[in-house]
Amino acid sequence: MTFRDLLPLLPLMLPALTAVAILLLLAFHRSHRLTAWLAAGGLAAALLLIPFACEGAPRRFGALLVVDGCALFYTGIIMAAALAVAAFSYGYLARRRGHVEEFYVLLLLATTGGAVLTASSHFATFFLGLEVLTVALYTLIAYERGAFGIEAGVKYLVLAAVSTAALLFGVALIYAELGTMEFSKIASLLDAGAPVSLLMPAGVALILVGVGFKLALTPFHLWAPDVYQGAPAPTAAFLSTVSKGAVFAAAMRYLVPLDLPSHRSLWLAVAALAVVSMLAGNLLALRQGNIRRVLAYSSIAHMGYLAAMLLTGSPLATAAAMFYLLAYFVTSLGAWGVIAALSEKEGDAERIEDYRGLAGRHPWLAGALTLMLLSLAGMPLTAGFISKFFLLTAGVEGRLWAPMAALLLGSAIGIFYYVRIIAMLFAPQEDAPPVRATHWAAGAAIGALVLLLIALGVYPAPVLAIIQSLIAASS
Amino acid sequence: MILALLIILPLAAGPLAWLTGRWSRSAPRWISLAAMALDLALAVALWIHGPMETSWGWIPQLGIGFTLSLDGLSILMVALTAFLGVIAVAASWKEIKDRVGFFHFNLMWTLAGITGVFLASDLLLFYFFWELMLVPMYFLFLWGQEKRSAAGMKFLIYTQSSGLLMLLAILVLYFMHAGATGVYTFDYAALLQTPAAGPAANMLMFGFFIAFAVKMGVPPFHGWLPDAYTHAPTAGTLLLAGLMAKTGAYGLLRFVLPLFPEQALQFAPMGMALGAAAILYGGLMAFSQTDLKRMVAYTSISHMGFVLLGIFAPTAQSQQGAVILMLGHGAATGALFVMAGALQERLGTRELGRMGGLWETAPRMGGTMLFLALALMGLPGTANFIGEFLVLVGAWRTSIPLATVAALGMILSVIYALWMIQRVFQGPNRENWKFPDFSLRETVAAAAMIGVVLWIGLYPKPISTAAGPVLDRTMPRADLSAQDEGGEP
Repeated sequence: MTFRDLLPLLPLMLPALTAVAILLLLAFHRSHRLTAWLAAGGLAAALLLIPFACEGAPRRFGALLVVDGCALFYTGIIMAAALAVAAFSYGYLARRRGHVEEFYVLLLLATTGGAVLTASSHFATFFLGLEVLTVALYTLIAYERGAFGIEAGVKYLVLAAVSTAALLFGVALIYAELGTMEFSKIASLLDAGAPVSLLMPAGVALILVGVGFKLALTPFHLWAPDVYQGAPAPTAAFLSTVSKGAVFAAAMRYLVPLDLPSHRSLWLAVAALAVVSMLAGNLLALRQGNIRRVLAYSSIAHMGYLAAMLLTGSPLATAAAMFYLLAYFVTSLGAWGVIAALSEKEGDAERIEDYRGLAGRHPWLAGALTLMLLSLAGMPLTAGFISKFFLLTAGVEGRLWAPMAALLLGSAIGIFYYVRIIAMLFAPQEDAPPVRATHWAAGAAIGALVLLLIALGVYPAPVLAIIQSLIAASS
Repeated sequence: MILALLIILPLAAGPLAWLTGRWSRSAPRWISLAAMALDLALAVALWIHGPMETSWGWIPQLGIGFTLSLDGLSILMVALTAFLGVIAVAASWKEIKDRVGFFHFNLMWTLAGITGVFLASDLLLFYFFWELMLVPMYFLFLWGQEKRSAAGMKFLIYTQSSGLLMLLAILVLYFMHAGATGVYTFDYAALLQTPAAGPAANMLMFGFFIAFAVKMGVPPFHGWLPDAYTHAPTAGTLLLAGLMAKTGAYGLLRFVLPLFPEQALQFAPMGMALGAAAILYGGLMAFSQTDLKRMVAYTSISHMGFVLLGIFAPTAQSQQGAVILMLGHGAATGALFVMAGALQERLGTRELGRMGGLWETAPRMGGTMLFLALALMGLPGTANFIGEFLVLVGAWRTSIPLATVAALGMILSVIYALWMIQRVFQGPNRENWKFPDFSLRETVAAAAMIGVVLWIGLYPKPISTAAGPVLDRTMPRADLSAQDEGGEP
C-alpha cells in the first residue's frame, strides 16, 4: 500500500492520530491553549486534505469502507463542523474550572467515529463508527456541568445503549437471513429476489429504531430535549450536527441502494417517522421557554424534513438532502455558537427570557442569532430558504404529497416559535447586565458561519454543482 | 442592469442607513429619502423609455434565472412603490425617534422586496422577493402601536403560510411544464407558453389565488389585516395598504389569469362574488369602527374588493379600472393612513369618539382630509372615480347583479366617508384639542399624494396606455360578444 493509496483514507485517520498525539502530550504537559491549537490543526489538516483525497476517490478498502465523493463531502462538513465546535469550546471551557483538555480528545474521537460512519459500507464499520461516536458523546455530554450534565449523560447512556442493542439485533437478524453484512450485497440479493422470511423486515425495523434514535425522530426523540438542555453548549452543537449528520449519511448509504419505494411497508414506516417528526417537533417547540429545548425540538422537525428525502432516492433528492444537511449544519452550529458565546461561568444562557434586549447589548451576536433563526424558519437570503426549496422540489418531483404537506404545515408553525425568540431579542430592556466580550475564536467561527449562511442563500449554484458532480461520480 | 438598480438602490441604502444610524439620527432619513427619490426618478425615466428585460443565471441546474422584466403594468407599480417609499420616509421623519437606523434598514428592505415582486419574471425569483419583504415588514411592527407584536406575528403567519402554498403550486407547475415539454424552467415567459390543464390546474390556481387574496385582505382571508393596519407604525401601514395589497392584485393580473386562463375564467364568477362581498363587508365594518385607523383599514378591504371585482370581470375596461384603482387607492388610502398617523402623533389617540371640531385648530389637515374623503367616495375628478366607474362598467357586462351590489358599496362609501369627516373635523371640539397644523414637510407630502389622485382622476390616459396593451396581450377574455353593445372606452 503506497501513500497514494492511503490518501483517500487520511482525512478519516488524521483526527484519530491527533487524539492520540494530544493524549501523549497531556501525559507530561497540560495546556488548554496548546491542546486546542493541536485539535484545531488536526481537523483543519483533515479538511484541507479532502480535495486531494477526492482525486483518489472512489476507492474501496476491502468490504468495510468505501471512500467516494459523497463520503468525502460528508466527512468534509463533519470536520468543518468539529472545527467550529472546537472554536466555540475554547472560550466556553476557559471560563470553567477543572481539566478541560480531554474535551478535545473526546471531540476528535467522536469526529472520527462520525467520519467512519459516512464511509462505511458494511455493518461492522457502521457499528464501529456509531459506537466510537456514541461512547465519546456520553462523556462529552456529562462534561463539566454538575448534576444536570450527569443526568443528561446518564439519560443518553441508557437510551443509546438500548437503541444500540436494538440495532445490533436487527443486524444479526439480517445476517441470519441473507448471510452477509455488506450494504451493496444485501441490496443486490434483495434485487435478485432472494426469498426472505419475516426475519428480514423485523431486522430492518430494528435498525430503523436505532437510526431513528440517533436522528431523534419521533417517537424515539424523548432523550433529545433533556440532553440538549443538560449538555454543554458546544457538545449540544456537536450532537445536533455531526452526530445526526453522520448517522443520516450512513442511513442514506444503506437505504438508497435498497430502493425504498419498491418496499412498501419499509417505505411507509420511514414516511410515517418523517411526517410525525415534522409535526411533533414543530408542535412541541411551540410551548418551550428554554431556547435549548426549542432548538432540540426544531432539530427533530428538521430531521423529519430530511428523512423525507430517503423516500425517493432520486439524484435530485440525494442532492437536496446533501445541500439541506450542509445548510442545517451551518445554521445549527451558528445558533449553538451564539448560545455558547453567551454562556457564563454559572449556568448557560438558556431561558428565552435571558435573551430579552440582546440586540441592544450585543448587536453582532443578536444579529447572528437572528439570521440563524430566520434560516431555520426558511426565510430568503439565508441558506434555509434555498435548502427548503430544494427539499420541496425533490419532494414534489417524487410525488411525496403527504410528507410535503406536513413540511409546509410544519414550516408555518415553525415561524411562530422562531420569530418569538427574534422578537425577544429586539424587545426593549432597561437593566441590562454587563456585556462580556466574545472570545475571538468563537467570534471568527460565528462570523464565518454567517457569511456562509448568506452565501449559500444568495448564490447556491456553485455548491449545488459540486454536489451534483459528486453524486454523478458516485453512482 | 438598470432594472436591477431599482432593487439595489434600496437594498444598499438599508445597511448604509443602519450604520450611519449609530452616529446620527438624521443621516438614515436623508439616505433613505435620497435612495427612494433616485428610485422614483429612475422609474419615471424607465416609464418614458418603455419595456425592458434583463436576465442572468442564478441556479441554472434547476432552470432558475435572475430575470427581471419591466412592462407597462410593472412600471406603474414600481413607480407607485418608489413614490410611496418617498412618502413613507417623510411620514416617519418625526414619528420614529429610537433606533432610527434599524427602522430605515427595514423600510428600505421591505421596499426592495416589493419592487422585486413587481419586476421578477421568474417564478422562483418572484417567490424569493415575495418572502423577502416579510421579515423586514415584521420588524417594522417594532415601532408600532399597542398590540404590535401580536399584530406583526399574525401578519407573518398568514402571509408566510399562504406563501408556502404558492411555492408548492409553483413547483407542481414547474414539473407539469417539464413533463409536457421536457424543459425544466421557472421562466415566466416559458411557463406562459404551456397553459396548465387538467384537474390539478384548478388546485394550482387556488394555491396562487389564496396567497394573493391574503395579501389583498379579501374576506375570508383578511383575519390579519385590521390588526396589522391598525397597530403598524404609519410608514408600515402605508406600505401594507399602499403597496403590499397591490402585490396581491398584481399577482392576480400577472400570474393567476395568464397562467391558468381556463381555470380562471371558470372561477371568475366566484372571484367577482368574493370581490362584491368584500366591498359590502368592508363598507359595513368601516361604518361600525370607533378607531380611525381601523376604519380606514376596512375601507381598504372594500376598495380592494373593487379591484378584485374588476380583475375577475375579465373585461378590458374593468381590468384597466382595477389598475387605476390600485394606483388611486395607493395614493388616497395611503394619504389617509398618513393623516391618521399625523393625528395620532398630535392627539395621542385614534378614537373617533374623542375627536371632533378639529377644523378650527388645523384647517390644512381638515382640507386634506376632506379631499381624501371625497376621493374615498369616488367623486368625479379623483382617480377612484375613474377606477370604480370602469370596474362597474366592465362588471355590468358580465354580471348585472354583482355590479349592482358593488354600486351599493359606493353608496356605503359616501356614508362612511362623510361620517368620518363629520366625526373628526366637524361638530364641537369637546376635549379642547389644540395642536399645530400640518408642517411644511407634511403639507408637501399630502399635496404630492393629492396631486397624484387628481392627476389620475383628470388625465388617466398615461395609465391606460401603459397598462392596456399588457392586459390585452396576456389576459384571457370571456366571450361577451352576445351582450356587447358599446365599444372600448
